[in-house]
Amino acid sequence: MKMDFMGVHHIMTDRITLNYEVSAEDFTRAGEASSDVKKKLKQMGVEPSTITKVAIAMYEGEINMVIHAQGGQINVVISPDEVLMKLADRGPGINDIEKAMEAGFSTAPDNIRALGFGAGMGLPNMKKYSDEMQIETEIGKGTTVTMKVFLS
Amino acid sequence: MKIKDLIDANLFTVLNQGKDVEQEITKPFCCDLLSICMSKTPKGAAWVTVMGNINTLAVLSLTDASCIILAENAVFDEPALEKAKSEGITVFRTELPVFESALAVYNLRND
Ligand SMILES: Nc1ncnc2c1ncn2[C@@H]1O[C@H](COP(=O)(O)OP(=O)(O)O)[C@@H](O)[C@H]1O
Ligand SMILES: [Mg+2]
Repeated sequence: MKMDFMGVHHIMTDRITLNYEVSAEDFTRAGEASSDVKKKLKQMGVEPSTITKVAIAMYEGEINMVIHAQGGQINVVISPDEVLMKLADRGPGINDIEKAMEAGFSTAPDNIRALGFGAGMGLPNMKKYSDEMQIETEIGKGTTVTMKVFLS
Repeated sequence: MKIKDLIDANLFTVLNQGKDVEQEITKPFCCDLLSICMSKTPKGAAWVTVMGNINTLAVLSLTDASCIILAENAVFDEPALEKAKSEGITVFRTELPVFESALAVYNLRND
């Protein structure tokens, strides 16, 4: 364990729960939930490299809720050992998770690509930068992505 | 090199002067695909892009880049400009292509 992290253990004795509503197709607010979590982690003195991991993983998940699903809810629990992110949407579900996880695979339409999205790197980034990731999906119902980033 | 040095160098048009012009510019970084920018933009980078929408600003704040340089006279849309103003983010624009824009920053930094 790194020294600069020891302090956080003392400050963070409780869990902090944060809830965000993500609205569909609202690009003006996309990334706000991730920015807010980043800000909170920074205030808590969490190591910058850990904050980067959370920011990347959560931003990609948040964007996917906006561009591929009809929005949804994000629930974040920060405890002394980990950041737990649960992103639940009411979208179309993912037909082939293995395919969706492939780097470069994207079903994003042209108007979304024109904004800089649709590199097909979102899910691979989420997998890479989180320490644990789980996807539950049901066609026509929605998708829930759960990710953990360990704080030690 | 600080943001204010890049402003004073008059290489680019200043679309918005941010609140922290004393911030250090570490290096130029060029990218337009936001997923790649998100994971690769170095902290403090002068980010050269042709993407001028609100998402550019979200990625800037999540990656701690120092400023945005819109190359190729790319459009910076109205919601993005408003957000840059309210969040105090420095945005430049230039008719130079992406590589030449980054090179200009690089050369100024190494002067
Ligand atoms: N929450 C989601 N709901 C439905 N489909 C999704 C969701 N997230 C990802 N997908 C599907 O997986 C593909 C790959 O996702 P991702 O790697 O993030 O790339 P991109 O978002 O650039 O398309 C998407 O194009 C989409 O088809
Ligand atoms: Mg994505």
